[in-house]
Amino acid sequence: MLKSTLTAAWRFIDDRTGASQAVGPLMKHIVPADARWWYVFGSAALCCFIMQVLTGIGLALAYVPSGGEAFQSLRYITEQAPLGSVLRGMHFFGASAMVLIAAMHMAQVYLHAAYKYPREMNWMSGVVLLLFTLGMGFTGQLLRWDANGVWSAVVGAEQAARAPLIGPFIAHAILAGDNIGGATLTRFYVLHVFVFPAFIFAGVGLHMWLVMRHGISEAPKAGQPVEPATYKRDYEARLEKTGVPFWPTAMWRDAVFSLAVVAGIIACAVAFGPPVLDKPPDPTTLNVNPAPDWYFLFYFAILSMLPANLETWVILGGPLVVILGLLALPLLSNKGERAPSRRPWAVATVVVAVTALVVLTIYGAQSPWSPQFSARPLAEQVPAIAGADGPGARVFFDKGCIYCHEISGDGGRRGPNLSRVGDRLTEDQLILRINNGGHNMPAFAGRITRDELTALVAFLKSRGTGHPSGQPDRPGLALTLPPSGRN
Amino acid sequence: MHVKVEQLSVNGAPCKGAEITRRRLFARITVATAGAIGAMAGIPVLGFVLAPLVRPAPSRWRSVGSVESFAIGQTVKVDFTDPSPLPWSGITAKTAAWLRRVGESEFIAFSINCRHLGCPVRWVKGAKLFMCPCHGGVYYEDGSVAAGPPPEPLARYAVRVNAGQVEIETSPIPLTTFKS
Repeated sequence: MLKSTLTAAWRFIDDRTGASQAVGPLMKHIVPADARWWYVFGSAALCCFIMQVLTGIGLALAYVPSGGEAFQSLRYITEQAPLGSVLRGMHFFGASAMVLIAAMHMAQVYLHAAYKYPREMNWMSGVVLLLFTLGMGFTGQLLRWDANGVWSAVVGAEQAARAPLIGPFIAHAILAGDNIGGATLTRFYVLHVFVFPAFIFAGVGLHMWLVMRHGISEAPKAGQPVEPATYKRDYEARLEKTGVPFWPTAMWRDAVFSLAVVAGIIACAVAFGPPVLDKPPDPTTLNVNPAPDWYFLFYFAILSMLPANLETWVILGGPLVVILGLLALPLLSNKGERAPSRRPWAVATVVVAVTALVVLTIYGAQSPWSPQFSARPLAEQVPAIAGADGPGARVFFDKGCIYCHEISGDGGRRGPNLSRVGDRLTEDQLILRINNGGHNMPAFAGRITRDELTALVAFLKSRGTGHPSGQPDRPGLALTLPPSGRN
Repeated sequence: MHVKVEQLSVNGAPCKGAEITRRRLFARITVATAGAIGAMAGIPVLGFVLAPLVRPAPSRWRSVGSVESFAIGQTVKVDFTDPSPLPWSGITAKTAAWLRRVGESEFIAFSINCRHLGCPVRWVKGAKLFMCPCHGGVYYEDGSVAAGPPPEPLARYAVRVNAGQVEIETSPIPLTTFKS
């Protein structure tokens, strides 16, 4: 009875809406049979996006987009709201997964040259989607509206300000005024919650429409190049012979992979929790270490390595060249071989790009170019230094030398490691170097007394093997200490 | 513009000249109407979004303490409120500066923003240096660049002594702009 009523109800809905007539062919469209595990990344990225929408709606129920109150509402979500911490964690790890999987999807499409005729615009719409995904990452990190969020807004505005003519205007638009204030956060809130998601929805729609229009590309075969004149006819013919319906023959793999991704996101959210909130968003708190979330650490590292005269050009031109290059790729090469074995340069490009991103990300996480303000006086750390070398070690700390120079495993890495400097430099050379600076070191003449200099030089001179009180180098020490500094 | 008769048809039958003109008119009316709707709705929205950006920056003199509360030669952080904070700004309405008393009634106020990418510089007292935590910019005590990537010296605020109070004139975050 109930079953027949439900069936009748469904028949009515289906007849009047045309649901299965519209969706059925989409689900059952024929796809190449060899589209196997390589092809699961796109649907997983979409799955992540849906997760982000759902967790985002949940968070928005409690988040207050007000410069003065956002931080408290986040603390409430994290510390008091039932499952709030898990929800924030899911939103963070979901974002991370979305960036990672979108990048993997892109790498796969590039390696298999699936961007070639007739799928040029599939690739281009994908590039735009990736940019919006990264835009969501940046604005989302900012909505955390802790000290890091505040300074991320400033850093974003300062980068935009480098653009010729319109730079200051864009910077003011980013800050919503001349300064960080009540209006700044709402800017980013509107972008993150309304504007960017709207573009992503539209972009996903276009992307999927194009997938339907041109069909999923086959696994590449060496010796089967893309020939625009005949491709569509050949593709259709092959599909007719060997194709399988997307639902359910191909789709189950997407479902399994997406399940693994979602389970991974939730597991990370439960195990690691959401990113720790930094200090409150007080622009007068200056003891902060602003750093981007992991997916922008590579850029953080690039910015630190640039010579000053190149910087503006790279800040402005770098992203532009990369974006235009990615967009133009399918226009520059839309035919020919697809197999990675026939495209060694493509394989090399992916290997180099991935290696560079990984290395730069690790470098960005360590950020050895930054003064290490968390360094403690050496005499507390290494008891042997407390004795005769105490005064010099004290100067080494007080003058901030330790923020940039490492001795016996503590200190910054901006400048050379001075654990054995006594072996390298004479007293006169040390005095000269300290007074005059150079090689990116400030000159200390005038900011250090004669007595301090004498003590400091004596201390440095004793760093090495030749001196009885010298600390032997302990290269392994830095690795065994818990990571300090940037968090 | 000449329109080929074949391009327009009613139920497969080609239509006559009068019908073409009529359709062209309707098409133009529709496009113009849509444009008018867009402009009518868009102008106030765009105006609302853009107005704050073209308004001149207000500035105020903000007192940061009495002259006697600052020791000569010391560099200290002072906090003050933005020129026109919004009611819901909370703590984000505040800004800080590094203030140094250099004489009886002479003060220098440095912006806290590194000229590289705007991160907050700290005053390292013992070394008499300003250091930035982001990319390692370092400035001497006069604000000139000592090391690292900053292309310009630290910006300064206008300071004055008024009725025994030290006052700082608020100003926008210093932006390092394009120089070819």
